[in-house]
Amino acid sequence: MATIAEFLANEHRCCDESFATTEEAAQAGDLAHCRATFREFQAVMEHHFHKEEAMLFPAFEQASGNAMGPTRVMRLEHQQMRETLAGMDGTLASGDLEEFLGQAETLLILMQQHNIKEEQILYPMCDRFLGDAVRSVIQAMRDLPAG
Amino acid sequence: MNSAGLSLEQAPPFSVPLRFFLTAPWFLVLAALLLLWQGPEIFASRWLPVTLALAHLFTLGFMAQVMLGALLQMLPVVVGVVVPRPQLTAALIHIPLTLGALALTVAFLSGVPAWFQVAWWLLGLGFGVALIAIHLALWRAPVVSGTVIALRCALGALLITVGLGLSLGGYFGWGWSLPVVAMTQLHAAWGLAGWTLLLVAGVAYQVVPMFQITPPYPQWFGRGFAPLMAALLAAWSVLMLGDWETAARLTSTALAAGIALFALTTLHLLAQRRRKIGDPTLGYWRASMASLLASALLWLATLWIPALGPASPAEWLLGILPILGFAVAVINGMLYKIVPFLAWFHLQAQLFRRAKVPNMKQLLPEARIRRQRWAYLTALLLLLAAAVYPAVFTYPAALALGVTGAWLGINLLSVLRIYRRALHEGLASVAWKKSCG
Repeated sequence: MATIAEFLANEHRCCDESFATTEEAAQAGDLAHCRATFREFQAVMEHHFHKEEAMLFPAFEQASGNAMGPTRVMRLEHQQMRETLAGMDGTLASGDLEEFLGQAETLLILMQQHNIKEEQILYPMCDRFLGDAVRSVIQAMRDLPAG
Repeated sequence: MNSAGLSLEQAPPFSVPLRFFLTAPWFLVLAALLLLWQGPEIFASRWLPVTLALAHLFTLGFMAQVMLGALLQMLPVVVGVVVPRPQLTAALIHIPLTLGALALTVAFLSGVPAWFQVAWWLLGLGFGVALIAIHLALWRAPVVSGTVIALRCALGALLITVGLGLSLGGYFGWGWSLPVVAMTQLHAAWGLAGWTLLLVAGVAYQVVPMFQITPPYPQWFGRGFAPLMAALLAAWSVLMLGDWETAARLTSTALAAGIALFALTTLHLLAQRRRKIGDPTLGYWRASMASLLASALLWLATLWIPALGPASPAEWLLGILPILGFAVAVINGMLYKIVPFLAWFHLQAQLFRRAKVPNMKQLLPEARIRRQRWAYLTALLLLLAAAVYPAVFTYPAALALGVTGAWLGINLLSVLRIYRRALHEGLASVAWKKSCG
């Protein structure tokens, strides 16, 4: 993978895939399967957030000299998604799949409008600002162990 | 490159897009009332003033209304640029556009030049503000994606559509001397195949893959489709005005093929969607793209089969399919995603961690969407039937159109009601906790 845009957009697609599997299990009324796939989904999402927050955003902030701009909003949105995921986790614990599906619908839009911003704007800017450092930042994100 | 002016903040205040979204459905009801009042006579010709009034209730009252409101909301997300003074800008677009659409309807129905003059100033103001505000934002876009390219082409097409529309308004209002028939054709083509189609394409590049979890549009398509269509429209306009009939017909053929390609690509992507659960807005996308494909094929047929020329029902179908089929369906479906999400989003921002926020399906239950969708599909089919057999189908079509418009309006208002209640209760509980807990 040559660019941050490609590398991380691909991760978004993996998260989407995982989301669809969980949602399908909820729709089918399979609580046990839904719990298992949701745990996986939540872990994939958290790992992705962590890569951005620990590696990409600081590198971008340093290269662009701007810590209060786009990355601040992206961190806030990660927090918002974490809260929504925590809410879904609570709903699964109580076994309410109807409520879970409603929260999943909400998360999907929240997640995708965030992805659009990153893929359309932030990642291409990271590729431009980071220049030659792109490869090492990608490697650092690859090497980051899952939380 | 400079990132200082970049803002990825989500969004203007809720009222900015909402005022457009809550107004638009009632223009469908007005269109239905006009159809009921005029009866089957309206299908006598597409050139009757009452037909033009009906077309503008759809295109200005419903379509432009939602499209401009959604753009003000979407620009920060897709382009990364905020429209300055959003509340004032929205009011300066929404109020003149709404009043202008009403004034133009009265003008067509009465034939009084003064009403055309009133409509001219109002619509000139509303679109003028919209074009300036949105153009400024689009040209400051820090990254030029396929969507930004399509939006720029769409905005260019809107500029041409509005310019032609105002010129035609000058003909009716002040007696300007103009080639009215040719300009009306151009006005309709730039409005539908330019502004509407290219805006929908630019939005589809993002929302179809993201929300239905499908593969992306091919990259060459995303970057090439909109500029190619805009160039073809420009070539067609010149050829038509210059009376080069064969060349104009060949260019039209290429345009129709391009439209069909977009519809087929989108339908193909939707068929590969990874999200298997029933999404109620999916039906609107399918209906919209099927109507668009049918419009393109019918247009091709009229180009090459003389019997389908002017004064045949094909002419009417070529208005109904792209307007009520393609545009109204996709807009209706998108409203059901945007309005509940924005309600949730603004509740979340105001009540963050202090009270429970209803999720999207609680804000707008799927069953409500599904029922209104049946009303919509019935209205579309009946109106298509009315173009062929006006005597039988006009009144049922008008009734169905009124029902679907009112139902959409009521569904959107119900989201707002739940939003207000949740906000009120949430803030009340916060106040209680502060004083007692």
